[in-house]
Amino acid sequence: MSTYILKRFLQLIPVFLGATLLVYFLVFSLPGDPIVALFGDKPVNEAVAAKLRMQYHLDQPFWMQYLLYLKSIFTFDLGQDFSGRPIAAVLGEVFPVTARLAIMALIFEAFFGIVFGLIAGLRKGKLFDATVLVASLVVIGIPIFVLGFLLQFTIGVQLGWAKPTVSSAATIPDLILPAIVLGLGSFAYVLRLTRTSVIENMNADYVRTATAKGLSRFQVVRVHILRNSLIPVITFLGADLGALMGGAIVTEGIFNVPGVGNRLYRAVLSGEGPTVVSIVTVLVLIYCLSNLLVDLLYGWLDPRIRYDS
Amino acid sequence: MSASVDFQEAGYATERPLLEIKDLAIGFTTSNGEVNAVRNARLTVMPGETVAIVGESGSGKSTTALAAIGLLPGNGRVTTGQILFDGEDISNASEKRMIELRGNSIGMVPQDPMSNLNPVWKIGDQVRETLKANGLPSGPDDVAKVLSQAGLPDAGSRAKQYPHEFSGGMRQRALIAIGLACQPRLLIADEPTSALDVTVQRQILDHLDKMTTELGTAVLLITHDLGLAAERADQVVVMYRGQVVESGPSLELLQNPQHPYTQRLVASAPSLASRRIQAAKELGVETDDMLAPSETGVVEPAKSDDVLQIQNLRKVFKLRSGLGKSTDFTAVDDISFHVKRGTTTAIVGESGSGKSTVAQMVLNLLTPTSGKIIFDGVDTSTLNSKELFAFRRRVQPIFQDPYGSLDPMYNIFRTIEEPLRTHRIGDKASREKKVRELLDQVALPQSTMQRYPNELSGGQRQRVAIARALALDPEVIICDEAVSALDVLVQAQVLNLLAELQSRLGLTYLFITHDLAVVRQIADRVCVMEKGKLVETGSTDDVFESPQQDYTRALLNAIPGAGLMLPPEMDVA
Repeated sequence: MSTYILKRFLQLIPVFLGATLLVYFLVFSLPGDPIVALFGDKPVNEAVAAKLRMQYHLDQPFWMQYLLYLKSIFTFDLGQDFSGRPIAAVLGEVFPVTARLAIMALIFEAFFGIVFGLIAGLRKGKLFDATVLVASLVVIGIPIFVLGFLLQFTIGVQLGWAKPTVSSAATIPDLILPAIVLGLGSFAYVLRLTRTSVIENMNADYVRTATAKGLSRFQVVRVHILRNSLIPVITFLGADLGALMGGAIVTEGIFNVPGVGNRLYRAVLSGEGPTVVSIVTVLVLIYCLSNLLVDLLYGWLDPRIRYDS
Repeated sequence: MSASVDFQEAGYATERPLLEIKDLAIGFTTSNGEVNAVRNARLTVMPGETVAIVGESGSGKSTTALAAIGLLPGNGRVTTGQILFDGEDISNASEKRMIELRGNSIGMVPQDPMSNLNPVWKIGDQVRETLKANGLPSGPDDVAKVLSQAGLPDAGSRAKQYPHEFSGGMRQRALIAIGLACQPRLLIADEPTSALDVTVQRQILDHLDKMTTELGTAVLLITHDLGLAAERADQVVVMYRGQVVESGPSLELLQNPQHPYTQRLVASAPSLASRRIQAAKELGVETDDMLAPSETGVVEPAKSDDVLQIQNLRKVFKLRSGLGKSTDFTAVDDISFHVKRGTTTAIVGESGSGKSTVAQMVLNLLTPTSGKIIFDGVDTSTLNSKELFAFRRRVQPIFQDPYGSLDPMYNIFRTIEEPLRTHRIGDKASREKKVRELLDQVALPQSTMQRYPNELSGGQRQRVAIARALALDPEVIICDEAVSALDVLVQAQVLNLLAELQSRLGLTYLFITHDLAVVRQIADRVCVMEKGKLVETGSTDDVFESPQQDYTRALLNAIPGAGLMLPPEMDVA
């Protein structure tokens, strides 16, 4: 097992290098000069511009810039953003907020998705099943920004059950509504996946054998149907954690959450290469790690999968 | 209720049946309305008695048994009739009552050991929950005891393993342990060994017999094998198309079958047929005509030389064992034999013996690690692509699964015509004529041409596969378990067809099978394989009458019904 984990960590190295290089190249090729843009409407002071270019290595060729950036990462000095704040501090500020949001969304989609999916699967073809299926289709069909604004307006503004926007502290109660919006799409997928998986497992021979042992319906469902059905669902949830972290841009925009998505969006607009690359790199690492976690969980849930020997 | 326990102690005389099924009808709700799977089923199981239900697939035998433990699939239900368990009608009992009965009063051993254990739980856990659900002590020692009683060696540590770490036979023992864990009074065994090799099958059934005798458990045994039923059961119930057509004491029913279906079943059960051939031989009766239809002599084999010579054939597979390392696994180990033109050679062995690997190498689908396959004087490994194409025309396969080996999107005409088209033989009209002839040869109506595989039965599909193999007028046909997936009656028909085609067309067969009973009916020579090695080879008669190796003897003894004596040779030992 430990060799497997070591191997997976070694695989992170090329992924990390590839991702940073690609993102760096994309930011480098963005049209427009970010330094000129900094001056806004004012005339460009060439001396200041040259000094800024040197500070951010923008006068160097692409390869040099990239290597300098790598060097800064390994010396744990990520440099500064255009407003002069250390990028490390910016990351430390925005990632906890988004992590809180993403984990709340994950808990929401996992809990309700699995519970509703299980009930729908066990009552296949009944009213509950049909209702939930149609509702999940509607949720999948409507774009997230429409759902976001809709819930913000009805629940936040009209009913006043939750705050329509998030304070700068981004506390857990603040984030409930955004987390629901963020998790809604995946909730529908988890529900459908659980339902299909449960239906498949209900007809498995070992479920019939379990019933023949004299187990109660509840025991059969809990021990023999639920665990087996969760294997594909866990895979989806793990991969989804990474997607939720990076995919929160729209939701964070709607609810004005001071998180990764918001900051990344601003950095892209102003062409702050190092900030963009730093944020994206952390996202890539989170994505890889959550996938590793899924694979380990998978081996634990399904003993047929063993990673060494 | 309590009285019945006393009766059990007292003995047979005043007993009432443990299980009595009266005029049972079971219906399934389908999109085409209500379908009756079982009608007027009737059977009685006395305490401690073994009763077998025999029938082909779809005869309703499993459905009847499942109804007795309340495990009909969701869309099935008992429409009329009664299922009396110890005097209590349980045909429409509440789920609560059934949960009380399952496990400790009625146990079940299911058919397929591969799919009936939950892959994500340890064997011990799956035994423990059985004990626990029925209120019995369920500590590790209790679990180990139950498993070791079912004949699982080293049960304590085995209990900590997962199903995928068990062989098929061990899994079936675990399932038997589960079925008998709570010492039920009735055990429903649904084809408990049909997925296992014949020698393992015998061990498992012997052990099951021993355990149920010791515990005094009555057994309702479901099987498609009449020989097995007759050997193991006191009473046999024959089901056909949802109805009980005949029932009675096993030997009586076997020796004097009344219903036409039972007569056909007795006549074609391979295990019984081979026994009969053997007995006839001892009487001095000419057996040739029982082995194959009489020689019509239409095509006399031109040359009687060896069409296939296998010399020192070896196949080594590299098994990955993590991190770029690999271990060698010798699937076929230095085997040599030859196949005479116009004869049938059978390769027999249990699963994992390497027999299918040999077939694939002969078909040139796998490259041997070393050794030679000489077809008609030419080493097949030296063939270039053009010669290989010609070789393929002369050597054709028929595979086991008639469901998987036909393309569901091709109609039958296209399926049979395809090899002709691939080898650019004839024009459209002549190819159609050829397909019609082929369908005649395999006794399928010509109207079959327009149909698709899903509209045909298993036996019909295997006929189509045979017609396709014959399309190119091959000299050698490799049958890889070609009849194993078929019901006995259909199996007999297909074997007859193959024998008839052989005598008419002078075909050579290489027959790969695990079923010795089938070998007895069709083969001239037998090669017995064990763990990649050829342990014995000889003419079928020699091998069956005086097997030289222990392994061959074990295989022969394991044929169900081998110990039975049947008419007309009843008086011959």
